[in-house]
Amino acid sequence: MNLLATTAAIPILGFFIVLCLPRESKAPFIAAFTASLAAFFVSLALIPSVLSKGADFSSVVDASWIDNPSLGIHFHLGVDGINLWLILLTTFLLPIAIWAARSMIRERQKTFYALLLLFEFGIICVFSALDLFLFYVFWEVALVPMYLMVGSWGGPRRGPAALKFFVYTMLGSVLMLASILYLHSLTGTFDYPDLIRGLSSGRLALTGPQQTLLFLGFFAAFAIKVPIFPLHTWFPETYFQAPMPATLLLAALMSKMGAYGLLRYSLTLFPNAARNATSWIAVLAIIGILYGALLAFIQPNIKRLIAYSSFSHLGFIVLGIFTLTQQGEDGAVYQMIAHGISISALFLLAGYLEQRRGSLEIADFGGVASPAPGLATAFMIATLASIGLPTLCNFIGEFLILQGAALANFPWAGWAAGGVILSAVYMLWMYQRTFWLPKTAQTEKLPDLTRRDWAPLVPMILLMVWLGSYTQSFMPPISSATSRLLQENKASQEYKVRLFQPGVVQVAEVAHAR
Amino acid sequence: MPGSYVPPGVDYLRFLPEIILTAFGLVIMMLEPLTAPARKFRLGILALVGIAAAFATDCWAYFDLGPAFHNMIVVDGYATFFRALVLVVGFLCILPSFSYLDREGAQSGEYYALILFSLVGQCVLATASNLIMVFIGLEISSIATYVLAGYLRTDRRNNEASMKYFLLGSFATAFLLYGIAWIYGLTGSTDLQEIRVVLEQSTHSGLVTGLAAALIFVGFAFKVSVAPFQIWAPDVYQGAPAPVTAFMSAGPKAAAFAVFFRVFLTSFQPMEGSWIPLIWGCALATMIIGNVAALVQTNVKRLLGYSSIAHAGYVLIALTADSRIGTAAAMFYLASYALMNIGAFIVISHIAARNERYVRIDDLAGLARREPATAALLAIFVFSLIGVPLTGGFFGKFYVFQAALNSHLIWLTVLGLINSAIGAYYYLKIVVAMYMHEPGPAVLQIERPAAGLNLAIWASAIGTLFLGIFPSPLISFVSASASALH
Repeated sequence: MNLLATTAAIPILGFFIVLCLPRESKAPFIAAFTASLAAFFVSLALIPSVLSKGADFSSVVDASWIDNPSLGIHFHLGVDGINLWLILLTTFLLPIAIWAARSMIRERQKTFYALLLLFEFGIICVFSALDLFLFYVFWEVALVPMYLMVGSWGGPRRGPAALKFFVYTMLGSVLMLASILYLHSLTGTFDYPDLIRGLSSGRLALTGPQQTLLFLGFFAAFAIKVPIFPLHTWFPETYFQAPMPATLLLAALMSKMGAYGLLRYSLTLFPNAARNATSWIAVLAIIGILYGALLAFIQPNIKRLIAYSSFSHLGFIVLGIFTLTQQGEDGAVYQMIAHGISISALFLLAGYLEQRRGSLEIADFGGVASPAPGLATAFMIATLASIGLPTLCNFIGEFLILQGAALANFPWAGWAAGGVILSAVYMLWMYQRTFWLPKTAQTEKLPDLTRRDWAPLVPMILLMVWLGSYTQSFMPPISSATSRLLQENKASQEYKVRLFQPGVVQVAEVAHAR
Repeated sequence: MPGSYVPPGVDYLRFLPEIILTAFGLVIMMLEPLTAPARKFRLGILALVGIAAAFATDCWAYFDLGPAFHNMIVVDGYATFFRALVLVVGFLCILPSFSYLDREGAQSGEYYALILFSLVGQCVLATASNLIMVFIGLEISSIATYVLAGYLRTDRRNNEASMKYFLLGSFATAFLLYGIAWIYGLTGSTDLQEIRVVLEQSTHSGLVTGLAAALIFVGFAFKVSVAPFQIWAPDVYQGAPAPVTAFMSAGPKAAAFAVFFRVFLTSFQPMEGSWIPLIWGCALATMIIGNVAALVQTNVKRLLGYSSIAHAGYVLIALTADSRIGTAAAMFYLASYALMNIGAFIVISHIAARNERYVRIDDLAGLARREPATAALLAIFVFSLIGVPLTGGFFGKFYVFQAALNSHLIWLTVLGLINSAIGAYYYLKIVVAMYMHEPGPAVLQIERPAAGLNLAIWASAIGTLFLGIFPSPLISFVSASASALH
């Protein structure tokens, strides 16, 4: 039995099982939680198989799905150093989200668990798809449960927020679909490894304008999903209205879909267009970093503040990807994992605060640290991780990204570093106002974390420390995969010389770098 | 013409579905006055049997393809597909009609007979290979449908729908007939293949043949509700009884598209250069008008009426592609569209209650709490109409746009895809109402769905999902049979 296929199959099986269980019982929770844990343990076994394969895809599933001369769509999944940790992040966070949903979701829990499992299935397939058609299919499949979660269980203005979220992301993804179809009409295949082989051997070649068009189509979908400034306008309302377990997954996993797409597809399928676009995308990313940080400053609400800080930190990932340096790519992948864990810890803790106080307005808090020291400690650790304190997870990623940016174009690093400083300021300021300022009558008796609340936090905190202090456990597969990716990006770089003939200026291609 | 005027036996086999449907229709009409009111539903069951028999003979005829009655009709894979499709549509629309007609107190055999007669016309349209047969088929199908649209005689909206549909429909048919006359005058034939041969060697000015083709285009464009001839559709869809609307939006439309494609891709193929730009513009206008107008609707039936206009636009993209894969894509699209649209209309008819009181989007509020299964099925239809993967609607769109890109219609593809994203906005209003609002009066009064209705919804939903997850069998069938036109 293929490990990757099993990892993907468990959640979808769990989805159907949960749907069949009776509504008013513990059974749906137990089934959903068991399924997600099982998926996590199975996915752990992917690590050795990736390590043994080097930079190649391992645990590959390749079955014909729609077999027609004009289509040839394969159910083609595979895992390498880039998506390995993202798949593990997914399987790691889902049990946590289900655990959190148990106390934070009050009604129709069964359906919520089922949707969480469907979402997990979609996300795992998005991260592991090696066929563009398949990628698009699961890209949309993951959207539907998230839309329903935001729309059905969210805050008071959930309806409009969910609608905006769906239509906005759909607009982006149809442009990607157009690009996928166009690419297929140019090359005759949807298969990613096949495309890469063709491009790097020179068998397939896309002209400059074609690459640019295709790149922009994909970029629209990815940029909206991440989100990248200025296509971010859907996210504040969606994050804010979504129920906390869904917000956690939106920030930790759904945003990574876009980042992963940029890294996996944009850089290697359209290398020239990607290289030409680096400067303006890096600028957009830096604007996002600073703009998100400044907006986070003025948020009166903890959830919104964390949402904007997430937006700001996602800018680093995009910047890292488009530095096109080894450090930048490594840092981007590392930061995807680190951001996934630190941001979901913050949202989870915010959820605990909301449960206790019934509100997340900063003004409603103050002095929480003395009635609830455990909560304050956990929040402190997550805050420090998020602002990039050395020995905690975000530091490594952001450091590498800044290093890559400095190598690519020094001013980028300078501006982006401003975001790091700002994030420390707004996060700590929020922390002070919430946990240290004099307590009010309402916060005086705020209960501390129970053992059940700690359960998901402990593994998260351990991971934050592990990711921040012992990089060697995670980095080798990432580096080997990203270095191959950079190679593929440069493979089709054309070296041109001018041939001067009397009266004729002619450009001829003399070599392909392999 | 050599030989006997008595057609050989195989001709009757190729025409057997129509014969069976007509016979069943006539028998139902004869039994109607002899049946006690409480037993009239049995006539509906008889109609189902007739449709099933016609379907079986349609499949049987597939193993012996060829023309019949001196090339008046032709049974090829393409015709077989569309005959099967309209028969399935008829079957699925009769199932929920039992409970609907009971509720409205209008149970009678005429209704079922009319559906059978309409199906006869649609089957003729699917097989027609002569403009005379095209006209006859269109008339048989339309006249039965006009009556069905006004079936509840005492209901004002029904009357309005029927009258509008009849007046505008007759007007469009006149255009078609005039076009046929011109074509006959120009080419001396009404046979689709012969017209093509004559046009290929034609010395006539392009303007005159173009005008004749344009007249025929108007007739078809009206029947499939393509802009600028779509104005009747929302009014009629809103006014007609819900199961009839389901029928109209799928069956007659699919049959009209079948003949539209056949005529333009065979007879008018030689002059494709002049009509493709026209269809290009109409496709774009149809999508935009349908989607934009649907954005502001509050009545679900009217909303789905506009959405059906938008979907006609997507099918026209496949015609614009003017290729074998384009035709195959249109066939796939119409099949998946029929299933999802019928499913959606049937659920609406279930919620509407007596006199169709509850047909606003708000009336769907809280359906998920009261009837989670029905709500989930309607959600599947809606997501399929939007074009979310793993549903037939997505794959249909995907296939259509792939055909368009293969014919280098890059801008039409991009604009069409953006349109489909805009469409998500109004379709989702239905999901929002069902899942995100508290139950309202409409949902609180809801009865348990009748068995026939349930069967129809489940069958449509399973079909929709099947086409989305395992499209291969249908794709290989349609791409093989699309070659009949190319």
